[in-house]
Amino acid sequence: MSDVLLSARGLTKRFTTRGPYGRRKEFTAVDGVSFDVRPGETLAVVGESGSGKSTSARIVAKLMDPSAGTLEFEGEDVTRATGARLARYRADVQVVFQDPFSSLNPRHTVERILMAPLDYQGIAPTGGRRAHTKELMERVGLNPDHAQRYPAQFSGGQAQRIGIARALAVNPKLVICDEAVSALDVSVQAQVIDLLLRLQRESGFSYLFIAHDLAVVRRMAQRVAVMSNGKIVEQGPCRQVFDAPGDPYTRTLLAAIPRINPEWDRRRRAAAG
Amino acid sequence: MARYLAGRIAGLVLILFTVCLFTYLIFFKLSPDPALLICGKTCTPERVTEIRTVLGIDKPFLTQFWDFLSGLIAGRDYGSGANSVHCPAPCLGYSFQTSQSVWEMVVDRLPVSATVAIGAAVLWLLAGITAGLLSAVKEGTWWDRSVMNLALGGASIPNYVLALALQYVLVVKLRILPFPSSVTFTDDPVLWFQSYLMPWIVLATGYACLYARLTRANVIDTLAENFMRTARSKGLSPVLTMRRHALRPALTPVTTIFGMDFAALLGGALITETVFGLDGVGKMAADSIAKNDQPVIMAVTLLAAFFVVVGNVLVDLLYTGLDPRVRIR
Amino acid sequence: MNELLAVQNLTVTLPTTRGPVDVVKDVSFTVGRDETVGIVGESGSGKSMTSLAIMGLLPRGAMTKGSIRLDGAELLHRTDREMRRIRGEQASMIFQDPLSSLNPYYTVGLQIEEMYRAHRGGSRKAARKAVVEALRQVGIPEPQERAGHYPHQFSGGQRQRIMIAMALVCSPALLIADEPTTALDVTVQAQILRLLADLQRQTHTGMVFITHDLAVIGSIATRVLVMCEGQQVEYGTAEQVFSAPRHAYTRRLLESIPRITDDLPADEVVL
Repeated sequence: MSDVLLSARGLTKRFTTRGPYGRRKEFTAVDGVSFDVRPGETLAVVGESGSGKSTSARIVAKLMDPSAGTLEFEGEDVTRATGARLARYRADVQVVFQDPFSSLNPRHTVERILMAPLDYQGIAPTGGRRAHTKELMERVGLNPDHAQRYPAQFSGGQAQRIGIARALAVNPKLVICDEAVSALDVSVQAQVIDLLLRLQRESGFSYLFIAHDLAVVRRMAQRVAVMSNGKIVEQGPCRQVFDAPGDPYTRTLLAAIPRINPEWDRRRRAAAG
Repeated sequence: MARYLAGRIAGLVLILFTVCLFTYLIFFKLSPDPALLICGKTCTPERVTEIRTVLGIDKPFLTQFWDFLSGLIAGRDYGSGANSVHCPAPCLGYSFQTSQSVWEMVVDRLPVSATVAIGAAVLWLLAGITAGLLSAVKEGTWWDRSVMNLALGGASIPNYVLALALQYVLVVKLRILPFPSSVTFTDDPVLWFQSYLMPWIVLATGYACLYARLTRANVIDTLAENFMRTARSKGLSPVLTMRRHALRPALTPVTTIFGMDFAALLGGALITETVFGLDGVGKMAADSIAKNDQPVIMAVTLLAAFFVVVGNVLVDLLYTGLDPRVRIR
Repeated sequence: MNELLAVQNLTVTLPTTRGPVDVVKDVSFTVGRDETVGIVGESGSGKSMTSLAIMGLLPRGAMTKGSIRLDGAELLHRTDREMRRIRGEQASMIFQDPLSSLNPYYTVGLQIEEMYRAHRGGSRKAARKAVVEALRQVGIPEPQERAGHYPHQFSGGQRQRIMIAMALVCSPALLIADEPTTALDVTVQAQILRLLADLQRQTHTGMVFITHDLAVIGSIATRVLVMCEGQQVEYGTAEQVFSAPRHAYTRRLLESIPRITDDLPADEVVL
């Protein structure tokens, strides 16, 4: 096996929109984007709204086709994959979305939600549905007794854990997190980030982590790609990009992050021991 | 803008053409031989053939349809030689029943239908929007609940029931109004008004009830908008807040629905006109259907389609004026 | 006395289907002129209800106890007519989502103008002049022309600038900003925060800044009030709260913010 799990080369997505009077406008949401995700690592894609980061994620998730460029997974071209090859790709690549409530069917129980990816793949869970559901719920820190509840009976943070458990149900090799922690309150967000890190340690899959919050990215990722206007302006190890940004846009982005006086932080930590 | 309009007009022509084609096809396939109908009791096979030739219905379908279309645009001649009758454009043919020009019949009756529609529209807009507004502002009070229940009931009464009930009470029992008759405004304004009052009320009731519910729902939605909170936080007077910030967003969708409803009504209020004996397009439609008067049915169908399609385009244009977000930049 | 706003033992009770609920419990704080007080808390902490109580904009049926004094005058239990004179003239508010907070049917110029005229009266011409000046002050280029544009024709950051221009057009003594930068991109957020700080220096407006983001509070507020489930858990100068938090909730909150300056991440994670 190669040392690259997913390889995107020159991904481009153009949209044609129609104005109110039928005037056609074309704009390029993603413009020649290339990146690699290695096994077991986290690549973060950061950018502001309209930078094309979510469109890139959707192309990788095969929720839309690119206008140009190629996508390779484990050395195999999957850009135009269909049928059985696509089904296999869908098992290997799972997505966790931003809003857990709108991405979980409100009329399905947790068990049904968690088993849906297996049903789609036609896999019978080892040890039966109930046991597998229970195991998944325990892995993401949910009470397994709640398997027959509906999404609305959970808090935002818990619902996002269901979304994560669903992604893990088929043992994926790559999990795409599309702003997966952005909508959460800060204390809940910290818990979910810890969970995501722990799950990766346990199972060794890769993350493609889409976010606008650089501080969250710093905590999650080994490598980062900064996007602006559909292009990747800078890409590299987190430490390098964050501590010695080479691109002016990255520098602006980093400078814009509100900071707590580090002196206050130091004193607080010292007092806490 | 010009390109947009051209596109819409092309679409309009296409829809009208399709309506023509299907209506014509239905009559061609389904209706009994019009020649027999016209020929009457003392009929010979020769006479039937003759009528068929004059009407052109002995020809194949597409030829007939082409004749109809070209008649509509350029006029046509029925029969040949000295006996021929010229029908000027727009030619809709002649009624099988009365031999009148269908176009003249339509022109004759359209004002009656328009009077019915305009009067009813004024009534239902006034009543419906006022009731809906008050209900929205007093949401949850007994006023709101009773108006909304009344509106639900009113919307579910069939027109003919309401028409007959009104006639019975106002004309027969209380004798407040005369029995409706087709008088023109210039002949006798008072009688004109009295004649149209009941049809207006009957037609307006159902719409008013629907519009009351629609207005209420829209106003309540608008009141919950963030910009209403902003308006209040600015210290504007409640009147200004309501009039400027709530009404325009709330009533814009009502305007567009009104445009469509009104356009449909111009094509004739079939039941109301028939019950009250008003000689409008609606009654003409009812009569022609009862007597299988094909040219007239064709005409009323086309007329109704024309109003609805044109109304739609006008509503879209109006909307771009009302909502700045859909304006051309 | 340099105190502009004094909130004392404020309790807000809302009627719900399960009976009355105290959404704000016994909250007290003060805001001086020229000062920014941050109210921080997670969703449902009661921070927005506190601001609505100051503006007299609580939902129907809400009950209040305690006292809110602005420039020494009590704001609670006023008639709507009296509160209307205060709103916009003495205390203004900006909100989280500037697009939905502006009426899409009217030009931004008109929306600022109507506020100016509601309080100051005068001719439309005078009001227009004030509008253009206010837009210029918040950094909208070509304010004369832009005043005639509709909200959807502006970017997110510009819309929030317009909201700020509107809030400040009558030079109020107090500005309440309820999550004003939450919906904005981080670079735009930085610009808006800088603009608010600059304007405050020029106009000496007292500010209440409400947010869930501690890092934002840390960069703008002089004093901080931490709220949790309607209660005031911590109140002090920013330095006190951030360097020596007394309450466990504040400590936990401070520990959970991811920091860009942290030196722990990548290597520790890989194992």
